[in-house]
Order: sequence, then structure tokens, then C-alpha cells
Amino acid sequence: MSADEAISYYDMKGEHHPENGTMLGFWLYLMSDCLVFAVLFAMYGVLGGNYAAGPGPKELFELPVVAVNTSMLLFSSITYGFAMLEMARNRKSATLSWLAITGLFGAAFVGLELHEFAHLISEGAVPQRSAFLSSFFTLVGTHGLHVSFGIVWLVTLMVQVGKGGLTVENRRRLSCLSLFWHFLDVVWIGVFTFVYLMGVLR
Amino acid sequence: MDQRSELMHTLFGRLSWEAVPLHEPILLITFIVTAILGMSLLGYISYARKWSYLYHEWFCSIDHKKIGMMYIVLGLVMLLRGFADAIMMRMQQAMSFGDSVGYLPPHHYDQIFTAHGVIMIFFVAMPLVTGLMNYVVPLQIGARDVAFPFLNNFSFWMTAAGAVLVMMSLFVGEFARTGWLAYPPLSGPAYSPDVGVDYYIWSLQIAGVGTLLSGVNLLATIIKMRAPGMGLMKMPIFTWTALCTNVLIVAAFPVLTAVLVLLSLDRYAGMNFFSNDFGGNAMMYVNLIWIWGHPEVYILILPVFGVFSEVVSTFSGKRLFGYASMVYATVVITILSYLVWLHHFFTMGSGASVNSFFGITTMIISIPTGAKMFNWLFTMYRGRIRFEVPMLWTMGFMFTFVIGGMTGVLLAVPPADFVLHNSLFLVAHFHNVIIGGVVFGVFAGINFWFPKATGFKLDPFWGKVSFWFWLSGFWFAFMPLYVLGLMGVTRRLSHFEDPSLQIWFQIAAFGALLILFGIIAMLVQIVVSIRNREALRDHTGDPWNGRTLEWSTSSPPPAYNFAFTPNVHEQDAWWDMKARGSQRPTAGFIPIHMPKNTAAGLVLAGIAMICGFALIWHIWWLAGVSFACLIGGAIYHSFNYDRDFHIPADEVRVVENQRSRQLALQA
Repeated sequence: MSADEAISYYDMKGEHHPENGTMLGFWLYLMSDCLVFAVLFAMYGVLGGNYAAGPGPKELFELPVVAVNTSMLLFSSITYGFAMLEMARNRKSATLSWLAITGLFGAAFVGLELHEFAHLISEGAVPQRSAFLSSFFTLVGTHGLHVSFGIVWLVTLMVQVGKGGLTVENRRRLSCLSLFWHFLDVVWIGVFTFVYLMGVLR
Repeated sequence: MDQRSELMHTLFGRLSWEAVPLHEPILLITFIVTAILGMSLLGYISYARKWSYLYHEWFCSIDHKKIGMMYIVLGLVMLLRGFADAIMMRMQQAMSFGDSVGYLPPHHYDQIFTAHGVIMIFFVAMPLVTGLMNYVVPLQIGARDVAFPFLNNFSFWMTAAGAVLVMMSLFVGEFARTGWLAYPPLSGPAYSPDVGVDYYIWSLQIAGVGTLLSGVNLLATIIKMRAPGMGLMKMPIFTWTALCTNVLIVAAFPVLTAVLVLLSLDRYAGMNFFSNDFGGNAMMYVNLIWIWGHPEVYILILPVFGVFSEVVSTFSGKRLFGYASMVYATVVITILSYLVWLHHFFTMGSGASVNSFFGITTMIISIPTGAKMFNWLFTMYRGRIRFEVPMLWTMGFMFTFVIGGMTGVLLAVPPADFVLHNSLFLVAHFHNVIIGGVVFGVFAGINFWFPKATGFKLDPFWGKVSFWFWLSGFWFAFMPLYVLGLMGVTRRLSHFEDPSLQIWFQIAAFGALLILFGIIAMLVQIVVSIRNREALRDHTGDPWNGRTLEWSTSSPPPAYNFAFTPNVHEQDAWWDMKARGSQRPTAGFIPIHMPKNTAAGLVLAGIAMICGFALIWHIWWLAGVSFACLIGGAIYHSFNYDRDFHIPADEVRVVENQRSRQLALQA
């Protein structure tokens, strides 16, 4: 650093453009969301065996229904991937179609989950019945709420892409929702394994 | 309640005129005084025709500097409320012995100690620390704003909405009577059926959203927006501590959110997470809330460690001793802060091995903290120390905080903790580190950066008066509590039988009085400084002979912070630039890309506050409508793509030329 003249102290040409932090920021948000699920999993882990003389997982869970439900969510992740591929090819209507299919799979997932909840409640397995059921409904319900919120967001984005096309902003938003959607898929794998599969083994 | 019609109940939920405490003289007087002060403030703003200015230039501003200042104003206003609670408790405990019951009924006293803790942590310390980070970090890294400027505004208003809800509980209904962490089963529906805990839950949930988003925001800012050449190991220490703090925020606040949701489900939906029956487990709440709560104390203290580092090196005229060790110490504290939560409840009975583990991890934290202390001392060693107000706060901190740290290590020993748990010794310890650390640090920071934010220094005389009152007041107020705690006096009591204890409480009350003078002196300091601003003015932008980039721009900085982004070559970038005689560019300006102001943050946070209020009072229709509005409003806002603009080069030239003239005048 001997030649002081050679050192530039200011970016005179405005060449320095800070990188866009949206994807990082959204990923950080997802990690914080992940911690919310971590707490709910921990609650289920500790309280999941406290049936309080009420029904347990073996009596309550119907694995075939849950398996169908899981496949809905997994398919929706694949179709979201197809939407992103079409976005990369800059094909607006194909992107929108795959997004619509994704939304339908998501809606089917939420519908089946609500059906399962209604069934449990009709059998008297209400969230108030035991700490196990409180933590079960809260964990699975929080995931379901996330998916429902994702669907609202998906529809909003479809309208925005429909109106404005695949602009830079809309691509960024689609990428954020993509992260969100796949993240929910990963969480569901945890729910399916930890709550349902291990539940009926208990 | 029987007479209330079905319609009234649907419309207003639990809310009725009885919720307004007209029968409590203390609250009534407080309300009248607050109302008069509030009305006169509003009246003054109307009289001065400042509403439009306030709304457009501040409330809707997405400038990180203005948002930072609003955070600090919020924190200082709430400090007055939190301190009013404190001095009321000190007075009650000093009088309430034997036959005398003092002037506060237990029902009211319990609300006061809960509100004091909640307000001081969430609505004083957090806004002050967040405000400093918001103001300083982008300037220190040579950025023009934070990564998500709109989100920043929204975060502030969510924090403010939480604060408003807490204040509302004073006059509409009541606050929790559970202590600041609202442990169940006491905070559950069986033992706290009224609105107090619901005020607690919703004010913290709403403010918590703000805190989390501002954490994400500042993290993305520090990672993505540093000036060219500023590698991680060239970042100013305050920015490093802000980075670690925001990692902690993102990794801790979701746990608070989740655990409060679970408590709400117990209260609102009759679930059984923390109940005594049906398999609930209240200790899960205690564990989870401290998994948030322990990192929280480091969220507060780490940034002020950064403040002290900046102040010590600036006022010693030396670069910080042991920069790298300071960074590593900060990171180690960040990690360790997640491994100690159980020391808050050794008495839970986890057994010797678990308690030993958490006792040892707790003691280990004192090592990096001690390293920091030596770094500051060695920075001062052979430095040319200027005893300006920020430096006084820093030295007061070093002296006070070390004692608090040592009593902390004492409490970390599980057998000792079994004796001292829940005693006034603990209360003295955490006030020792929070006042001696966080509060002193924030005041050091405010005195240090005030000239940057406003263009004039704070009056040093009143600053010194405030400092000495605070320092001596702290020692008078809390040393007696150590003594009482060692004698076995437990916390949160509103009445005592043993007259021999009274003298200690009276000394503590005297200390609180001294702190009151310290606070008054600080307010006087602000008023005097604004009056004498021409005499205190600084035209250079660098009043303290600073070392980091925030001092390289004008005071107050222009909206765009830097006309040209600085290139960083050394740790103390501005010091380096001054040492090598770099010249500030005065021509060749280019247009600057900036985000646009928006009212969306204010509106959305306002709706969130209404939703919280409705949930507290079980006004279900309003909760539903406002929640729908919240989602709808957010979606509506997302349709606005017109969010940025360019400041034309001519405008930049005008501003920069003005600064050139000022600098020339100064020289």
C-alpha cells in the first residue's frame, strides 16, 4: 500500500450495487419459521404420549388417508418445480397453468386435512381432550395454516403474473413462494414420519 | 355481567365501563395527568401545523435514520413509564412494614412489577438497542439504507403498536399479575381469567413480529450491503455485535412467538399444554420461554458491548485493542447464550448432572466477557483519553458491570442458586448487568451518536449530572438488595413483617430517587441542547475525531447517506481515509436510487393493534374483520410496484455543495 494515489476511496462511477438481499432475507425468515415448528415438534415429543386416558394415535390415525394426503403435497412440490422451470423459459401461460395445478393439489391437501380433523372431532378426540391431542392439532394445524396461507399467496401471485407478466419483481416473488412451498413439504415429511408413522408404532 | 344483553356482549365482548378504573385514585390521577400531557402535545402539534410534516417526513418514512430515531424516542418515552413503575415499587416496599400496608394494594402492586419488567425489556431496552442498530449500522457499512426499507418502517410500527397496547392496559382493564414471564399455571385460564395476561400476550406477539422482521432485515443488510472492500474482519465492532445480535433475534424470537401461541391456545381454546390436568406440563413453558429469554439478554447486551468498543477506541485515540479477539468473544457469547437457559430454574429439579452442565456453560460465558473487559482496558492503556460524556458512561459501565458479572457467576453455581433463587439477590444481579450494561451503554451510544443524528452535540454539563446521578443512584438502589437477598428476602413482595429490614429498603428507595434525578437531568440535557444548538453545532460531521464510516458523511447525513459509496481498505475505514488524506469528491455526481416513503407500515400495524385489542376483549367480530383487513391490506400493498425513485444528480450536487461550503467555513 505504498502508492497512495492508486488507492481509490470512493466508488465514483456508481459501480457498486449491493446484491439484492430478498432471497437471503426470505430464507432467514423461513429458518425462523422452522424454529416455530421446532418448538411444536418438541411439544409433541414431550406431550405426545400424555393421552390422559383418552384415545391415542393407534385408535385415531388412518394411515391410508394420510398417505394420500402426503402424496398431494409431494405432487404439489413437483408441479411448483415445473412452474419454476417454465418461468425460467419465460413462458407465462405455462407457468400460470402449473401454478394453478399446484394450488389445486395444495387445496386438496388442506381439504383432506380438514376432513381428518372433522372426523377426529366427531369421535370426541377434540384438542381439549388431552395434551397429546392439543399438541397434535397444533402441530398439524399450524402446518395446514401455512399451506392455506401459501395458497392465498399463490393466487395473489397468479393474478400479479397474469397482469404484469414475468417481470423481475414477479420472478423474485415466485422464487420466494417456491422456497416457502418446498419448505412446507420438508416440514410435512417430518410430521408424517414423526407424528403419523411413529405414532401408530407406539 | 348478567344484566348485559346478548347484543352488547356480541358487540363489545368483555369490554364494559367497569373496565375503566374510575374507582382507583392512583390510576385516575395518572390518567388525568397523561391525558393533559397528551392533549397538550397533540394541541401543540396542531398549533404548530406539524401534522403533515410528522406524517409525511417521519411516520411514513422508510429512511433507516428516521426510523432509528423514532425507535429511540419510543424507548425513552417508555422508560418514563417503566421508571414510574419502579419508583412506585421502591416506595411501597420502603413503607409497607408491620402495621403499615403501604399505599398499593397487592392486586395493583402485582400488575406494577409485571408491567415494569415487560416494559423495561420489550419497550425500553429493545427499542433503544434496535434504534441504535438501525441508525448506525447502515452508516457504518457505507450503505444507503437497510435491505428492506419498507419492512423496517413496518417493524417499528409493530413495536409501537405493542407499546400502545401495554399502555392501554393501564386505563382499560388491567395488566397481568404474573411476573414478566407469565409462568403457567398462574397465567393459565384458571388463575388469571381476566384480561391482564391477554394484554401481555398480544402486546408481545405484535411487538415480537416487529422485532423478528427487523432482525431479518438487519442481518440481510449486514451480509449483503457492506461497502466494497469491507470484509467481515474489517467490519466495525458495533456492526459485528449487531450481526450477532440479529442472529440471536432470528433464532430466539420465533420460540417466544410459538410459546405465547401455545399459552393463548390454553387460554382461548381450553387446550392442555401447560395445565395441571389432562397431561399438560407447565415446565415446558418455563423451558421454552427461557430458550428465548436467555438469548434475549445477550440480544440486549451485545450491541452495547459494540457501543463501548467504539467509544473506548474513539476517546482513547487508539485502534481497539484485540479486534480479532473481540470478534471471537462476541461469536462465542452468541453460541453459548443458547446453552445456558436452564440456569434460570435450577430448582426445577433436573438432577445434578443436568444442573452441573448448565452451571458450567454459564460460568464459561464469563471468559469471553472477561476478555472483552481486558480489551477495553488495554485500549485505554496509554491512550490519550478524553473524558467526554460517552466515555464516562463507558467507565461507569466497566466498574459496575464487572460486579454484576461476578454475582452472575455466583448464581451460576447450582447449590448457591438453590439458596439465592427467587431472592432479591437475583433481582440485584440482573439490574446490575442490565442497568450497568444495557442502560449505560445505550446512554453512551446516544451521547456518542447524537451529534451525527442532529448536527449538534448534547450538552456535556447536564450529561455529566445525569451520569453521576444514575451511577450513584444505581449503587444506592441495588446494593441493599444484594444484602437483603443474602438474608433470604424473596422478590415480588408488597409487604414485610420484619422491621429490621426496613432500613435497607429505604436506602434502596433513596437510590431510586437519585436515578429519578438522573432521568430528569437527561431530559434537561436534551432541552438545553436543543436550545443551545447553535453553540453546540458541529459542521464537520466528525465531532469526536471518529474512526468509522458514519463520521465521514455530514451531520445529519443526507437522505442517501453517501454521495459516493466509500471503498474500504482498513479496519477503521474513516481513520484510514483521514490518515492518508483522502479527499471528499466534490464533482461528478450521479443519480442515486432510493426507496419511496409509504403509509402501509403505519396502517398495517394499526390494524394489527385493533386486532390485538379485539382478541384481548373477546370482541370476535372485530378480531375477524381486522384480521381479514390485515391480510387484505398486505395483499393490496403487494400490488404496488412503484416503490423506488432516483434522486437526480443535480439535487445531490446542491446538497453536497452546501456541505462543501460548511466545511470551508469551518476550516
